[in-house]
Amino acid sequence: MLQTAQRSAKSKTKKAAPPHDRFLEAFRWMLLARTLEEKLVSLYRGGLITGGVYIGKGQEAVSVACGLFLQEGDIFAPLIRDQAGRSAFGEPLIDVTRTYLGSRLGPMRGRDGNIHRGHPRNNELAMISHLGAMVSVTVGALMAKRFRGEKNFVGLACIGEGGMQTGAFHEGMNIAAVEQVPLVIVATNNHYAYSTPNDREFACHDLVDRAIGYGFEGYTVDGTDLAACLDVIGSAVKRARAGRPPQLVVASVLRLSGHGEHDDASYVPEEVKREPFARDCLKVAEQTILDLELLDAETLAEWRKEAAAQVDEAVAAAQKEPAPEGDKEDWCAYSMRDLVNSVE
Amino acid sequence: MSITYLEAIREAQAKLLRDDERVFIYGQDVGGTFGGAFKATKGLAKEFPARVLNTPISEDAIVGTAIGAAMQGMRPIVEMQFADFSSIALNQILNNAGTHYWRTNVPVPITVRLPSGGTKGSGPFHSQSMESIYAHYPGLIVMTPATVEDAYTMLIEAVAIDDPVIYCEHKYLYYHLKADKLPEKGLPTGRARIAREGRDLTIVSYSAMMQESLGAAEELAREGFEIEVVDLRTVKPLDTDTVLASVARTGRLLCVGESFPWGGATAEVIARVTNQGFHLLDAAPQRLNAKDTPIPYHPNLWSAHRPNAKKIAAKARALLRE
Repeated sequence: MLQTAQRSAKSKTKKAAPPHDRFLEAFRWMLLARTLEEKLVSLYRGGLITGGVYIGKGQEAVSVACGLFLQEGDIFAPLIRDQAGRSAFGEPLIDVTRTYLGSRLGPMRGRDGNIHRGHPRNNELAMISHLGAMVSVTVGALMAKRFRGEKNFVGLACIGEGGMQTGAFHEGMNIAAVEQVPLVIVATNNHYAYSTPNDREFACHDLVDRAIGYGFEGYTVDGTDLAACLDVIGSAVKRARAGRPPQLVVASVLRLSGHGEHDDASYVPEEVKREPFARDCLKVAEQTILDLELLDAETLAEWRKEAAAQVDEAVAAAQKEPAPEGDKEDWCAYSMRDLVNSVE
Repeated sequence: MSITYLEAIREAQAKLLRDDERVFIYGQDVGGTFGGAFKATKGLAKEFPARVLNTPISEDAIVGTAIGAAMQGMRPIVEMQFADFSSIALNQILNNAGTHYWRTNVPVPITVRLPSGGTKGSGPFHSQSMESIYAHYPGLIVMTPATVEDAYTMLIEAVAIDDPVIYCEHKYLYYHLKADKLPEKGLPTGRARIAREGRDLTIVSYSAMMQESLGAAEELAREGFEIEVVDLRTVKPLDTDTVLASVARTGRLLCVGESFPWGGATAEVIARVTNQGFHLLDAAPQRLNAKDTPIPYHPNLWSAHRPNAKKIAAKARALLRE
């Protein structure tokens, strides 16, 4: 170990090629997401966050791959466990802390909280809690681009195996294929819809088999393997961009947290936690980095420190900001407030 | 020349498609040579094949798609085949479109056309009036045009509005109402209209029931009563001032709607008038709605279920005696 560290310290040249050319960049987003969410959890436990905290622990490899290959002009519809993907897509950390801490200055201004946030003007759609609803919204956004004659764009919508069982998701998949929009759907099977295991969620052999029924091209990936996620999801994005039919990627992981931080997930049996899909993708990626000597331990520690500093800065900044106030709020739900106010 | 309520809706859409490249029509059977279950889009796909598009039977996804396109700058018009089926899209309309501006500061300019209300023999699932459901939720404008002229100008206005608009067009009026020509401009959105002046009693109504109320006023005129009829035009926003001003003149209020009786637009009008204009009232305000059962199929049952001119006149007569 000491020898490895010394050797790496001497020369930062890589001993082996990374298993994917964006592996380290992706790993760094994962690290940032994990660090941020650990901080959010401790703020929640300390009573400093109202509502709930919903984290993506164990899903960072899939999520980062969702955000990383999108370019300016692409549409991203992240969901509840997509901190890594949101950051890779370009969401500033301060958006997250402002929303969780209820700053008046955040994108949601205290009107909505936690993971129910987005920047629709920057093409990061703001999810609603009703699962599956954002798939057709993404389709519509892509159609608008096509109407305007734009080229070379793609949309990516995230879902879980729980959300895949909704009517909205079914309608969204079907209409995406009917419209032949350049859409990638990344479905992360984290094996639990809140507390309900797979065997009470669906009865098909493999969720990816649904792809063909909708006219999608379907792929599976081990969601604990960062390189595989980058490869499979990156390729799906590339194919959609090139005009292939819509793409479905089904990733397998275990949710390494409760549904939210109020949930201790005691319903997950010990033997499930020993399954291969239960590996922690961040630890697996870190081990790859060390095994292949892609980074030395010192650099890794530095990255960790930097992530923590960024998170602390974003938390401290949001904590200093004013909260919304009921008597100063603009209680009009219409953008055309004059039209409504002149009558009501 | 004479133009029907339905033709006015088609003409408005033709004009919108012609004048604005951001407009597209999205719904079941609206495209091709068919032109919709009621022919409200007949011929439009021929002129605008890329912007009048048939969809699968997926009300949720139809509205979701419209929302996404609207966020990206388009002005979609969704045709629900029947208002009743918009229940499948409630989630997208209420929770996505209705909340979006408030949550994100980005408006969602969609127009959802709901062929509403009863016609003979249509039964429980092809006859509903949904305006009160949509008016209850924040963030939606709810239009209920009662005339050919309003059907035309309000649909054009709906598409221009940056917020989501639920446009309730009445199927019974499609062929029954005719006008000589279409106006350039209507009243501002949200403003109610005095459809008939009177001094003995105010009937507040909208959509097809406004026409029935005019019939009732005509009948009562023969008995010497002068009934004022207020056409709300939009149930949200609700022009309380015009209603109060009318009640100030007449002292008596009857609200008529075709939707179910529990809560809703008529109850809202009465609540507001009682609250803000209690001193103006000479008698307890009344309302008349459909019965609190599903809408029946058989014409005998259907005509007993919904208000009509005769029933409105009877209710008004009783109120005039108080």
